[in-house]
Amino acid sequence: MATKPKIAFFDFTSCEGCQLTVVDLLQTHLGLLDLVEIVQFREAMSEKGEDYQIAFIEGSCTRKSDEARLQKIRAQAAVVVALGACAHLGGVNALKNYWPIEKAQRYVYGEHGQDAYESYPARPISAVIPVDAVIPGCPIDRHEFLRIVQLLLQGRAPHLPDYPLCVECKFKENACLNYHGIPCLGPITRAGCDAICPSYGDGCEGCRGWAPEANFAYMREILRGHGLSDADIDARFTMFNHYQFQQMGEPAPVTTPLGPDRTAPLPTSTFAAPKED
Amino acid sequence: MTENIRVNVHHVTRVEGHGNIVVDVRDGTIEKCELQIVESPRFFEALLCGRPYYQASHITSRICGICACGHAITSLRATERALQVQLSEQTVRLRRLVFHGELLDSHILHVYMLVAPDFLGVGSVIPLATTHPEVVKRALRMKQFSGDLCAAFAGRHTHPIALTVGGFTQFPTLSKVAELRERAEALRADVDATVELFGSLPWPSFERETEYVALVHPDYYGFIDGEIGSTDGYTLPIDQYRQVTNERLASHSTAKHTAFNRDSYMVGALARYNLKHQHLHPRAKAAAAHLGLSAPCYNPFLNSAAQVVEIVHCIDDVILLLDEVLKRGIEWEKPAPITLSPGARGVGACDVPRGILFHEYQIGENGLIEEANCIIPTGQNLGNVDRDMRALVPTLLTEPEDSIRLKMEMLVRAYDPCISCSTHFLNVEFVGK
Repeated sequence: MATKPKIAFFDFTSCEGCQLTVVDLLQTHLGLLDLVEIVQFREAMSEKGEDYQIAFIEGSCTRKSDEARLQKIRAQAAVVVALGACAHLGGVNALKNYWPIEKAQRYVYGEHGQDAYESYPARPISAVIPVDAVIPGCPIDRHEFLRIVQLLLQGRAPHLPDYPLCVECKFKENACLNYHGIPCLGPITRAGCDAICPSYGDGCEGCRGWAPEANFAYMREILRGHGLSDADIDARFTMFNHYQFQQMGEPAPVTTPLGPDRTAPLPTSTFAAPKED
Repeated sequence: MTENIRVNVHHVTRVEGHGNIVVDVRDGTIEKCELQIVESPRFFEALLCGRPYYQASHITSRICGICACGHAITSLRATERALQVQLSEQTVRLRRLVFHGELLDSHILHVYMLVAPDFLGVGSVIPLATTHPEVVKRALRMKQFSGDLCAAFAGRHTHPIALTVGGFTQFPTLSKVAELRERAEALRADVDATVELFGSLPWPSFERETEYVALVHPDYYGFIDGEIGSTDGYTLPIDQYRQVTNERLASHSTAKHTAFNRDSYMVGALARYNLKHQHLHPRAKAAAAHLGLSAPCYNPFLNSAAQVVEIVHCIDDVILLLDEVLKRGIEWEKPAPITLSPGARGVGACDVPRGILFHEYQIGENGLIEEANCIIPTGQNLGNVDRDMRALVPTLLTEPEDSIRLKMEMLVRAYDPCISCSTHFLNVEFVGK
């Protein structure tokens, strides 16, 4: 048997939930460890090998220093896989792109946040380096991860479903949420998660990105039929896909005109006076 | 005695998120001893602003892949308290099950996959699959049950789907509940074996008394709602959390620190154990005795042992709760209604696996979030980790650097830091002067 392919996991701005989903996959597929050699997976192991062929990258690029790290990974890996919505789409991280970055820095970290915090608008990693494959979702679907890893190990090109989520919902014989008054983005979202959110009674939020030829205009009509305002609809369209809308030249309107702003300084304690360091 | 020591751990492994440990001892004096946090900033509070209230729990679950349900439930409690939502008994019960599922998952991940390798002399859990297959399989079996428990009620553990403002969007069948009940019972053997394993580990001996803060409930070992309790004898309603967390900018640091009655405090399993061990189920009390835990315990390394105790407690609690669900049945109820009003504010608090988590929102009459504040357990623990490091280093000066490095990493790991959660800190510079 040939040597096992060496794979590595990297994380950028993210919750690391996709890597945890990979760890969870081992609960049922421990044999995966026989097929590959994991040389780097900081969240789970101390060893750090720099010799790898397949790189799985979780998280968005949100600061200048991320770019060099991404390029270093790209230079080493034969195959770069974007793991999850943050890497694939920008995901929820891109919601901060609504505001000037200084405003967000000041809001969250106060006066000093602006100087000390390196950050810029969030982007998917494909905005920085070429990406060979994508495993979409927030988080990734573990079965899809397995399927794509199998294809990569066989030297075949990974592919994603090119139809909307509704197809999977029909296969599962779910009642259509949009018919039952629950807003669902299934008609415009790429399938592949087995319609997990609608199956649990919650409308699709578009975390897998849009299906090819998604009909946004008609989706908007469906959502208006639920009595949703345009602002509400934009909030639903942009939860994971704000960056995509920015790229489409249709930045969704900002719904709170002032943006994040503290109306008053955070109250200090009257209970126990803080001691200075 | 070693005169000069330099320890530099870039990106501590087997923790969630990115942190560096830097220790610099010259001529026997600590020049530098710091846990640097180098996680990229997340800005969750800013990105909640202007979003509809019903998205908050789904957005904030994305703060953390490990404690996604904890963030979601805390977020829901903040929203529900702002929007005057009265939860049904069933919702409260089912949420506790989801919460326990996540706590079990997180603690099992931490003690088996992140902590145990240090004691078994390996870099990760992966070689253990060959050398200690029964241990790894047991951990995975227990984790799988925890994940399945979350999934049965919430759709999945990372990130929960069916948890919504006022209730649930979906319910499991009673046969599914009965199956989980059976599996929980069967898991007790694994739980006992876990107590045996961790009872045999040589925990580093180190003590530093500090203040311990956790959510307290009058008559049970709870994790959701309640009041804020401190081992220094204070109790506060959760609405007044800012008096406890007391975030402030420290000099020479852009990180926000927290301090209640002392310079720093500790949250998490050990804090909960110290504050409310009397409410543990009997098996958990026995496990604590076996693990050498007795309250008050001032050894932060034993936070991992307290997590094992909580695993025992939560499995028993899960069995009781599932029995209750089976007895009462499941009503497919609609989420409880909300009331919008101008400038409504609400605080949610949960004692998530790593300690108390607070979310506070202000929600406008239009249903959009106007202000958000999230205070994360790891952020609250940072000051305490720093002070432990400074107290620990002088006791290690005669040891080789590798051993010092390992002990420092083990200390940081014992706190089970969840760095990508911590929306509130950046380059933490703790200079020991």
